[in-house]
Amino acid sequence: MIVPTMAEKMANGESPDILFWVGCAGSFDDRAKKITKAVVKILNKCQVNFAVLGTEESCSGDPAKRAGNEFTFQMQAMMNIEVLNAYEVKKIVTACPHCFNTLKNEYPELGGNYEVIHHTQLIQDLINTGKLVLEGGETFKGKKITFHDPCYLGRANDVYEAPRSLIEKLDAELVEMKRCKSKGLCCGAGGAQMFKEAEKGNKEINVERTEDALETQAEIIATGCPFCNTMMTDGVKNFEKEGDVKVMDVAELIAHAADL
Amino acid sequence: MEIILFAILLSAGVGFFAYNAWKVRYNILLGQDIDRSDKKGERIKTMILVAFGQKKMFSRPIPALLHLAIYVAFVITQIELIEIAIDGLSGHHRFFYFKLGGFYTFMISFIEILSVLAFVATLAFLIRRNLLKLPRFTMKELIGWPTKDANIILIAEVVLIACIFSMNGADEVLYSRGGSHVAFAKGHFDFAISSYLGPLLFENLSIDALQVIERIGWWGHILMVFAFLNYLPYSKHFHILLAFPNTFYSNLEEKGKFTNMESVTNEVKLMLDPNADPYAAPANPEEAPKRFGAKDVTDLTWKNLLDAYTCTECGRCSSSCPANVTGKLLSPRKIMMDTRDRLVEVGENYRKNGKGYDDGKSLIGDYITEEELWACTSCNACVQECPVNIDPLSIIVDLRRYLVMEESKVPSELTGMLTNIENNGAPWQFAQNERLNWANED
Repeated sequence: MIVPTMAEKMANGESPDILFWVGCAGSFDDRAKKITKAVVKILNKCQVNFAVLGTEESCSGDPAKRAGNEFTFQMQAMMNIEVLNAYEVKKIVTACPHCFNTLKNEYPELGGNYEVIHHTQLIQDLINTGKLVLEGGETFKGKKITFHDPCYLGRANDVYEAPRSLIEKLDAELVEMKRCKSKGLCCGAGGAQMFKEAEKGNKEINVERTEDALETQAEIIATGCPFCNTMMTDGVKNFEKEGDVKVMDVAELIAHAADL
Repeated sequence: MEIILFAILLSAGVGFFAYNAWKVRYNILLGQDIDRSDKKGERIKTMILVAFGQKKMFSRPIPALLHLAIYVAFVITQIELIEIAIDGLSGHHRFFYFKLGGFYTFMISFIEILSVLAFVATLAFLIRRNLLKLPRFTMKELIGWPTKDANIILIAEVVLIACIFSMNGADEVLYSRGGSHVAFAKGHFDFAISSYLGPLLFENLSIDALQVIERIGWWGHILMVFAFLNYLPYSKHFHILLAFPNTFYSNLEEKGKFTNMESVTNEVKLMLDPNADPYAAPANPEEAPKRFGAKDVTDLTWKNLLDAYTCTECGRCSSSCPANVTGKLLSPRKIMMDTRDRLVEVGENYRKNGKGYDDGKSLIGDYITEEELWACTSCNACVQECPVNIDPLSIIVDLRRYLVMEESKVPSELTGMLTNIENNGAPWQFAQNERLNWANED
């Protein structure tokens, strides 16, 4: 696994085509780190000229903004923009829909203008242009896979097809939950809920959502967000189904299928 | 005599409505400014698709079809109202009947068929609310007046339709006996429904009785229309008019984008600028410092306030809200109802006691609790579901901003998260210089 940093690239006089924004979950959360590595393996395999910010990266500010603290958000955003602009970053890919949304929609007004794509969009492009071939790896042929739409990818930014097209590339059977796409139910983590206890209610949101997923009889719950991943994994554990049902990021499925 | 009565009624009905509509406009303009004057073409398209074309209603096809029947019947019936107004003011009877000939029969028949469909739909809606007790119509924010409001409107529609058919049905029987005011001769209107329904109901009645029924139908119809018009500004039913401007002024940005607070941008820029003079006088000392976020309705934008008046309390937002479906206190519909109720109160206060009058109450606290606000996952399901493009999320966010930035009322776990971001650039306690460690783990 080769993970070049922006600083190294710059020292060598190179400028990468795309910045891989790893995000806090992708950097620190044990489960999400596996997703990060799957993305890097795909980038390496396709010889994408990318780099990460490494220790120069900082929280995008999403949870602060959703929690109502615009000061903390803008401090983060402006510091990040300073770094990104210093490296003359033009294009960013990220595996976190929250970073994706914030960088894409909320940085421009603060002086950060980049083309921001979600990793499922990049992988879709790599496959469509023939740079990534899915063979030799684990076969998902005929397996039932359901896709849980992350709110900040789907409703927030209307990206519904890229992750689904990847699942279809696996020759798997994509089964939809009763609430899907624009009607998809949230996993419960958004709006800074990830970092607090839920308010009083009669059920956890991730349990409600996991019921939708289990109802499809899928063997794999695919998603495209590290927070959704945590929430759905907890949900599956709640039903003691972790032996039968796996929660995986679409990038991991693709990396497995391509034997990376 | 009838003409004078009608003229008085017409001007009173329209005048009183105009007065109430002005009050609503006054209230909405109490909101903060927001620029929605761009992209006219896209705005018109959105209005045509979403308001006129009911596009978003059809994500739930059965209620959409029922609603469509009432909507189309309502819109088409307005054509008949033109004739009623002309007849009422001139003393004619069915002014267009001989002028339009076959087309008149077609038009009225069309209205009659739509009225039957609307009648069926109205009954279905009454049943859904009162007998089937659909969950989204029995949530606690609907207890009391909102439930009555909904039923009043539906019953008014039933009465209105009954008036149309007693008018046309009685007139049909009268015409067949030569007693209609439309002509001295005998004849038939041949309207699609009333030519059967009229004889069926009224065959045995005398000409005098029929004429009374016809007049009751005619006056009943127009009285209901005026009553309805003037009920609108007091009711959730105002959506039939406001859906159009509300969709025109829709948020056209990606739903995930929260507004940028420029007042904060200026301060953050000062903080980050090493050359800034912290004691410098503010650039514009005349300007009163604005509050961060929203405490009361007047801190919200006029679009938020227009949203509140446009809400018809259908509850699609709340039935798709992850917090609401798992039993949390938050209901996006209640956020909109609270905003409107508070706005009506503030507007009355201002008109009575002068603009800016403080009654010591606010939207936060007196109407919406912190617990409701902190249950939101900002998932945008409510925004997505709203058939008239109302945005409850932007109100929730602005109220949160006030709690956090003005009152430092943050749930304790979130305080930790925010401190971590400020100290080490991540919501958890991991050092920034460990951010790349994953690359060296197996």
